[in-house]
Amino acid sequence: MEFEPKIVAFVCNWCTYAGADLTGTGRMKYAPNVKIIRFPCTGRIDFMLLVKAFSNGADGIIVSGCHPNDCHYTSGNFHARRRWIVFRALLDFMGIDIERITFTWVSAAEGAKWAEIVNTTVDKIKGIGPYTAYQEMINEAWEEE
Amino acid sequence: MEKLREIAGELLKSNDVKVVIGYTKGMNNKVTPFFAKKQEDIAKLICGNSCAQNLAVYLYKKDISDLGKPAIVANIHTLRGIMRLAVEKQIDKKEMIILAIDNAGDIQKLDNLSDLENYLSSVIPQLNEEDQQMLDELNRMTPGERMVFWKQEMKKCIKCYACRQACPLCYCTRCTVEENQPQWIPVASSVVGNLEWHMMRAMHLSGRCVECGQCGKVCPVNIPIHLLPVRIAQEMKTLYGTSTGISLSEKCDMSTFKPDDKENFIG
Amino acid sequence: MNHQFKLLRKESYSGLIGNLLKSQQVYGPVKQEGYTYYKRISYPDEITEDYIIPQMSAKSFVFPKIEKLFSFVKSKDGVRVEDKNLDTIPKKVIFGVRPCDATGIHNLSAIFLWEPEDSIFKKRREQTTIISFACSSADDYCFCTSLGGGPGNTAGSDIQLIKTGTNDYLAEIITPKGAEIVSSNPGLFEDVDSVEKEKYLVRLPVCFDDSELEDKITDAFDTAIFDDLSMKCVGCGACAFICPVCGCFDIQDETKGSMGQRVRIWDSCGLRQFTLHTSGHNPRDTQGARYRQRLMHKFSYMPDRLGVKGCVGCGRCSRACPVEINIHENLQQITKLVKIHKHE
Repeated sequence: MEFEPKIVAFVCNWCTYAGADLTGTGRMKYAPNVKIIRFPCTGRIDFMLLVKAFSNGADGIIVSGCHPNDCHYTSGNFHARRRWIVFRALLDFMGIDIERITFTWVSAAEGAKWAEIVNTTVDKIKGIGPYTAYQEMINEAWEEE
Repeated sequence: MEKLREIAGELLKSNDVKVVIGYTKGMNNKVTPFFAKKQEDIAKLICGNSCAQNLAVYLYKKDISDLGKPAIVANIHTLRGIMRLAVEKQIDKKEMIILAIDNAGDIQKLDNLSDLENYLSSVIPQLNEEDQQMLDELNRMTPGERMVFWKQEMKKCIKCYACRQACPLCYCTRCTVEENQPQWIPVASSVVGNLEWHMMRAMHLSGRCVECGQCGKVCPVNIPIHLLPVRIAQEMKTLYGTSTGISLSEKCDMSTFKPDDKENFIG
Repeated sequence: MNHQFKLLRKESYSGLIGNLLKSQQVYGPVKQEGYTYYKRISYPDEITEDYIIPQMSAKSFVFPKIEKLFSFVKSKDGVRVEDKNLDTIPKKVIFGVRPCDATGIHNLSAIFLWEPEDSIFKKRREQTTIISFACSSADDYCFCTSLGGGPGNTAGSDIQLIKTGTNDYLAEIITPKGAEIVSSNPGLFEDVDSVEKEKYLVRLPVCFDDSELEDKITDAFDTAIFDDLSMKCVGCGACAFICPVCGCFDIQDETKGSMGQRVRIWDSCGLRQFTLHTSGHNPRDTQGARYRQRLMHKFSYMPDRLGVKGCVGCGRCSRACPVEINIHENLQQITKLVKIHKHE
C-alpha cells in the first residue's frame, strides 16, 4: 500500500482559510491528506503547535497566512515570519527535518495556489517517507525493558 | 581580592547596603555564592576567574530582596544578566550597587544602571572557545546526526529544571511547563517531552539569552543544554545584529520585526 | 554478620558476566564522554572500574523516573482499566553498584514496602540482583562513614566484589540470591580461607556523630539555620532526582485521544510547586522551609518512623548542586549547634 502522509496545516482565518474555501467553491481537487487548523492569525501560531503536530504523528506540516502587508491585524504575519526564521534555525540545529515544514503565503484569492501547495507538499513528503525518526522517540522511555 | 573586600566592607559599614552578594570558597575548594551581611563575613568574599556563576538570578529572589539593598559582585555574565533584567523591567527600580570585575581582576563600583550601561559599552561579548568548538562540531553534522546527538542527550534529562532555576532570565513565576490546561509539556521525563521542553525554553529565551551558559554548567547529567539558546543568540546576532544585555535601550528582537525581514523559505 | 567469601579470579570475572548475559539483562557502570552511568551492557568489557560514583544513582532500577502504573481506554461501554503486567518486569543483574547506592535501594525499600506494599517496587526489587563493588577510592564529597555506612557496606547487595592486590576479586555472598549466582556458575568461584576485606578498602574519616545529628536537627526545627543554609539555593530538583534515597513522586495521567496511562514520576520537595495549593497558598512558601523539609525528612522523620536514614552519604547532591550547597558541610554545621532553646 502506498504511504499516505499525515499533513497538518496551520492557517490564518483571513487569508489562507478563505483561500482554501475558494479552492473548494472553485471545485478544484487536491490531496486529502491535509488536516486544516484555523487560527485567527499566523501571529497566533505558537511554535509549540508545530512540535506538537510532529509529536502526535504528523509527517509534514504546512504553515500559511496572509502575504506581507496584507495582515488583517496589520503586523501579525511579520511577527510570525521572524518567529519562523528563528525557529527554523533551532529546529535544524536540533536535527528536526525542516524539509517537512512548508511555510507559505496564500491569500483569499489564491485558491489554485492552495491546491498546488498541498499537492506539492504531499508529493514531497511521499518522497521523503514517514517521519519514523521522530515517531520512534515518541514512546521511548528512559528504561529499556 | 583586597580591593573587593575593602569596598564591600565600607559599603556594609556605612550601612549603604545590607548585603553583598558575592562568592566564597566552600567545601572542597569549590566556589559558591555567598551573602555577606556582617563585617566578619567580608574576609570570606573572593573573586577571580573561577567565580564564573551568574549571580543575577539572586536579585529577584524574595528571601534575598527581603534583606535590603544589595551590592552584587558581578562578572561579565552577571553584568549582562543585570542589564537584561533591567531592560525587561524586572529590577529597573531596584536600588543596588554593582561591583563589576573584569577578566584582569580590576574592580569598578557602579552605582546605577546608566553607570552599568557605560561600563558595558566597551565590552564585546564573546563566546568561550569550548562552546564555540562544540557549536562548530554540531553545525558540521548532518541534521540526522544532530538528531541522534540530541536524542541521546534528551534521554539523560531528568527534568529537574536546574537549567531553568539557574537562569537569570527564567524569572517567570509560573512557567509553561507548570501549565496543564492545555498540557504543553508532559510532566514525565520522556524523550520527546524533554526535547519539547528544551526547545521551548530555548525559543522563550530567543533575543533575551545573555549567553552565560549557566544552564549547561548546572546540568546534573551534563547535557550541554546551553548550546540551544546560545545557538539562537548567534543566529539572531547574524540576522538582526544586536547583542543582549548590553544597553538600556535594547529591545527584544523576537517581539519586534522589520517589514523587510529577509528569509528564503516562504513560498 | 558472617558472610561466606569466595575468590573470583580476574580470568573468571569476564566469564561470570558473560554467563549472566546469557540468561538476563546485565547493567553496569559504563563510561560515556568522560562520565559514568549505570547502563545496559552487551559485552563484559563495557564495564569500567575507573569511577568513584556514577552520575545517577541506582534507584531507577527499582524506582524508575517514569513508572507506568496502569493504562485505560474509554469506549462507549465504559472505561476499561488494565493494570501493569508485573510479569513484564525482566530479571536484571546490576554490576558495579557502589555500596552507598545499594544501601540507598535498601533504605528506599523501607518507604515502598511499608504497608501496604508497593507491588511494582516489590517485583522490581525481587527481579534485580545487585553485585556491588566495594570502594577502594573515594573523593572529597564522599561521607558514608559519618552516616554509619562504609566502603564495604553490604546492605542492599546480593554479592559484593572486593578487588584484591592481585587484581582478583573477593566475593562476599550476602543473600540467597547471591548464593544462587555462585552455585549456578560452578568453576568460576574458588574457595578461600583467610579474608582480610578491610585492607582493600579506602579509609574515610568519620566527620560527625550521626546519633547526635538526629537530636540536633529535630530540635532545630524552629531555628533560622535552614534559611541560612539554603539562601543560595535556586530551587531546582537536581539534588532529589540524583539522590539514591529520595522517594517522593508525582502521579500524572498521560492521555492521547480516548486512551492513556497513569504514570508515577520523580518529584522533589525542593520544588515550589510540590506543596502549592490550588488556592495559591503554599504551606512551604520559602526555599528555607523546603530545604528544612528535605533535611528533616532524611535525618529526623525517616529514622524515627522507618528506622533508616534518608541519606547514605554518597555526596551526589553536593556534586550536582548548581550552587555548591554541600550537604556534608551543612550536616556538620547542624551537629555543631549548641542545644537549642525553642521559641515559646
